[in-house]
Amino acid sequence: MNRKTAQILIPVLSIMSALVVSMLIIIIAGRDPIMIFEKMLQGTLGSAYGTGQVLFRTTTLILVGLAVALPFKVRLFNIGAEGQLQMGAFAAAMTGAMLPPTLPSLSAVSLCVVAAMGAGACWAILAGVLKVRFGVNEVIATIMLNFIAQGITGYLLTYHFAVPSTVHTTPVIDAAVIPSLHSVTGFFAKSPANFSALLSPCVALLFWVILFKSRFGFEMRATGLQPEAAKYGGINAGMHTLTAMGIGGAAAGLGAANILLGYKHYYEAGMTGGIGFTGIAVALLAGAHPLWIMLSALFFGLLEYGGLTVNAYIPKDIFMMIEAITILLVISFSALGKRMHQ
Amino acid sequence: MGVAVRLSGISKRFGNFAANSNISLSIEEGSIHALVGENGAGKSTLTKIIYGMLQPSEGEVYIQGKPVHFTSPREAINAGIGMVHQHFMLIPSLSVAENIMLGDEHASLFQRLPLKEIKARIQKHALEFGLPVDPEAMVENLSVGEEQRVEILKLLFRNASIMIFDEPTAVLTPSEIEHLFATLRTLRDNGKTIILITHKLDEVLAVADTISVMRKGEIAGTIPAKSTTKLELAQMMVGRSVLLRVKNPPPCPGKTVLDIKDIGFCTTHGETKLHNLTLKVKAGEIYGIAGVEGNGQSELLQALYGLLPAGTSLVGEVKLKGKSLIGKNPAEITLMGVSLTPENRLRHAVILDYPVSGNLLFGRHRERSFHRGIGFNSDVLNRYTLKMIAEYDIKCTAPATQPLSSLSGGNQQKIVLARELNRPDISLLILAQPTRGVDIGAIETIHNKIIEARDRGIAILLVSSELEEIIALSTRIGCMYKGAIVHEFTAQEVALKRNSEHEFKKEIGIHIT
Repeated sequence: MNRKTAQILIPVLSIMSALVVSMLIIIIAGRDPIMIFEKMLQGTLGSAYGTGQVLFRTTTLILVGLAVALPFKVRLFNIGAEGQLQMGAFAAAMTGAMLPPTLPSLSAVSLCVVAAMGAGACWAILAGVLKVRFGVNEVIATIMLNFIAQGITGYLLTYHFAVPSTVHTTPVIDAAVIPSLHSVTGFFAKSPANFSALLSPCVALLFWVILFKSRFGFEMRATGLQPEAAKYGGINAGMHTLTAMGIGGAAAGLGAANILLGYKHYYEAGMTGGIGFTGIAVALLAGAHPLWIMLSALFFGLLEYGGLTVNAYIPKDIFMMIEAITILLVISFSALGKRMHQ
Repeated sequence: MGVAVRLSGISKRFGNFAANSNISLSIEEGSIHALVGENGAGKSTLTKIIYGMLQPSEGEVYIQGKPVHFTSPREAINAGIGMVHQHFMLIPSLSVAENIMLGDEHASLFQRLPLKEIKARIQKHALEFGLPVDPEAMVENLSVGEEQRVEILKLLFRNASIMIFDEPTAVLTPSEIEHLFATLRTLRDNGKTIILITHKLDEVLAVADTISVMRKGEIAGTIPAKSTTKLELAQMMVGRSVLLRVKNPPPCPGKTVLDIKDIGFCTTHGETKLHNLTLKVKAGEIYGIAGVEGNGQSELLQALYGLLPAGTSLVGEVKLKGKSLIGKNPAEITLMGVSLTPENRLRHAVILDYPVSGNLLFGRHRERSFHRGIGFNSDVLNRYTLKMIAEYDIKCTAPATQPLSSLSGGNQQKIVLARELNRPDISLLILAQPTRGVDIGAIETIHNKIIEARDRGIAILLVSSELEEIIALSTRIGCMYKGAIVHEFTAQEVALKRNSEHEFKKEIGIHIT
C-alpha cells in the first residue's frame, strides 16, 4: 500500500467503521438504524430545504476547517477557531449595525466581511505572538483565548449592545446582508444557504494554491515539516507562525460572516454553537488538505443537520458521537498505517 | 575453537524491501570478525537480528551451536551476547559504578547496593583488559573514550562472550582508537568473540582477523584480513573498481575571502566553546579543519551562518571580503555569497518529505531565476533538476514526486552538494562532514566536485572528522582543539606530507588531542 492510497483509504475506512459503531448504538437505543438513516437522508439531501441547510453548514465548516488546517501545516494546533468565529461574528454585527443605511450593498457587505476577517485574524495572531514571543504553547493559548472571546462578547452583548429584553444585538442594515440563494435563484426553499456557499470553495482553492503552488507555501510547509532545516534555509519561522495563524483566523472570520450576514443578521449569545470545534474534526479528517476539506466539511455538515432532522426518533447526541468516533478512528488508523510502513 | 555465531539462510524483509537476503555466515569463537559494507548494505539489520532486536523473516541463528529464537535483546543478553551501540546508553548523572550495575543490581528492592564489591570488580576488569576508568566518576564528566570503556565494562559484568561493536571508532581520537584496538585484542585473547561493524577499511585491516563484506543485503565475501587489501575490499563493497584518493592538482590561491579574528563564544551555561580562534581562507583554496568532534566545530559553523542560539553572543571579528558577518541572519549571509552544507544533513539541509526537485530548490528558493508569478517556474526548475541529476549522478526515478527520504544517504548528500556548489556568485563554501554516511562510490564524485569548485576560485572551509578526507582535499590544514586552532600546516607542508598519509595522520593526531 503506498502513501497516496493510504491517505484516501484511512478516512474512508474510519467513516465506515464509525457508521457501523453508530448503527450498533442505535440498535442498543432500541431503534432501527436503517429507518433512521433513511429518514436522515430524506430530511437532508432529500428535500430542497434540507439540502440548503446542509450547504449552509458545510460552508461554515469549510472555512473553520481551513482555519485549523493552515496552522496545522506549520505544526500549530489551532483549537481557537471557535473564539475566532465569535470575535469575527461580533465584529461583523457591530460594523453592520453602525453603517449608514444608505450605503450601497457591495461596500456594506465588504466592510462587514473585512471586519469579521480582521477580528478573527487578530484573535488568532494573538496566540501566535504568545507562541513566538513568549513560548506559550498554542494549544493552551488558543483555548484560553476561546474563554476570553466568550467573556468579551458575552459582556458586551449583555451590558451594552443587546436589544432590551432580548439576547441579541440590533440587526445589521439591509445592505449588509448577504443575499440567500433562495431570494435570487429560487432554489433551496427558505433555507439559510447564501452566497457565501459559492465563496467558500474558492477560498479552499486559494488556500491550496497558497500552500502548494506559491513560494510562500513552499517555505511554510518546510517550516512545518522540519523547523530546524527551515532556519538553515534562511526561512523566518516566526513570521510563518504568525501569518499561518492570521490567515487561519481570517478564514474563521469569513465563516462567521456566513452565519451572521447570511443567516442571523444579528449577534446572538451562543450563535456559533461549537462549530469552531467541529472545524478541528473537519481538518483532521481531511489530513489538513484544503481540497479534501470540502468533502470532509460536507460529511460533517450532513451529520450536523442530519442529527437535527431525526431528533424526534433518536437524540442528536448519537451523531455527535459518530463525529467524535470518526476522528478517533482517523487518528488511530493513521498511526497504525505508519507503524505498518516501518 | 568452535563457532560462536552461525547464521544459516537469514533473510529479513521490510515490505517489498529485502534488507538481508539469504545470509549464511560463521563467526569463530575467540576472533575479531568485521562486517563491512556501505550504508544500507544491511550490516545493522544483521546485527540487530543477532542481538534480538529484530526477528529474521527466514533462516536460523545458532549461538554456540544451539538454535535460538530471540524475541528481545534481554534474551540475547542472557545468552551471552552484548552490544556497544554507536550512541552510548549511559545515564550522565550517575557514577560509572552505578551505570555499570544498572539493570543488573543484584539487590532486592530495599537492600543496599553492593557498590564496594562492584568497584573492586571494575578495578580488576580494568587492569585485565586495559580499561582504566574511575568507578566513582560521574559519567557526565567522562571523555567519549572513557564512556566507551564503561560500555565495554558493562558487557564484561554481564559475562558477555560475544560482543558486538557498532561503528566504535566514529567518535574517538586517533590515540583512543589505538587504545580501543588494544582492548579488543586483549578481549579476543581471553576467548571473547568480537563482531565489529564499520565502514572504515584501514581500521578493519588493522584489527580484524576475518572480514565479511556486505553488499545490497548479501554477503559479497568472507576473507581473512591478512590476505586482502584496502582496494580489494573497496571493490567488493561497491561492486566495481574505485578510486580511493581523488586527484588533487596544485591550487592557485587568490585573495583572502574569509577572515576570522580572535573569536570567542560561551554557551548560556558558561561553557567556553570557541576561544581566540583565528583563521583565514583564501579564494581557490581548501582550508581543512581537523579535529575530534565536540571541540567547537559545530559552534564555529553556527557562528559563520548566523545560527548561534538566542541569548548568546560572539566576540571577535568575522569578515567576508571585508564585510562583517556577525549579527546577520542566514538569508542575508547567503545573499553575501556564502553557502553551507550542514553537519547534520537529515535535520538541517533537506526536507525529507519534499521531492528531489523541491530539495534542489530548498534554500535557493529566493533566487529570482526560479520564480514565476507567485510560485516557481516549473520549466526552469525541471531543467535545473535534470542537469544536476546528470552532473552529480543522482540516482532517483521521479525527481518531481519522489520524496527525498526514499533515496540513499549518498544520493541525498549529492543533492545537497549539487544545490550548494551551484549557487550563483558564491565566494565562500562551508562544507561540514560532506561525505558522512556516504557510499565509497559517491565519495569519489563528491570529492571531485569539491576540487572543481576550488578551481573555480571559491574559498572552501572544510570541517571533517575523517582525517583521510582532510588530508586528501585540503590546501592548508588547521588543527582544532578545545575551541581554537592550535596548529596550522602550510600549503607546502600539506603537499609534501600527503604522500605519507599514515605518518601525517599521526602528526595531526598529536595536535588535536
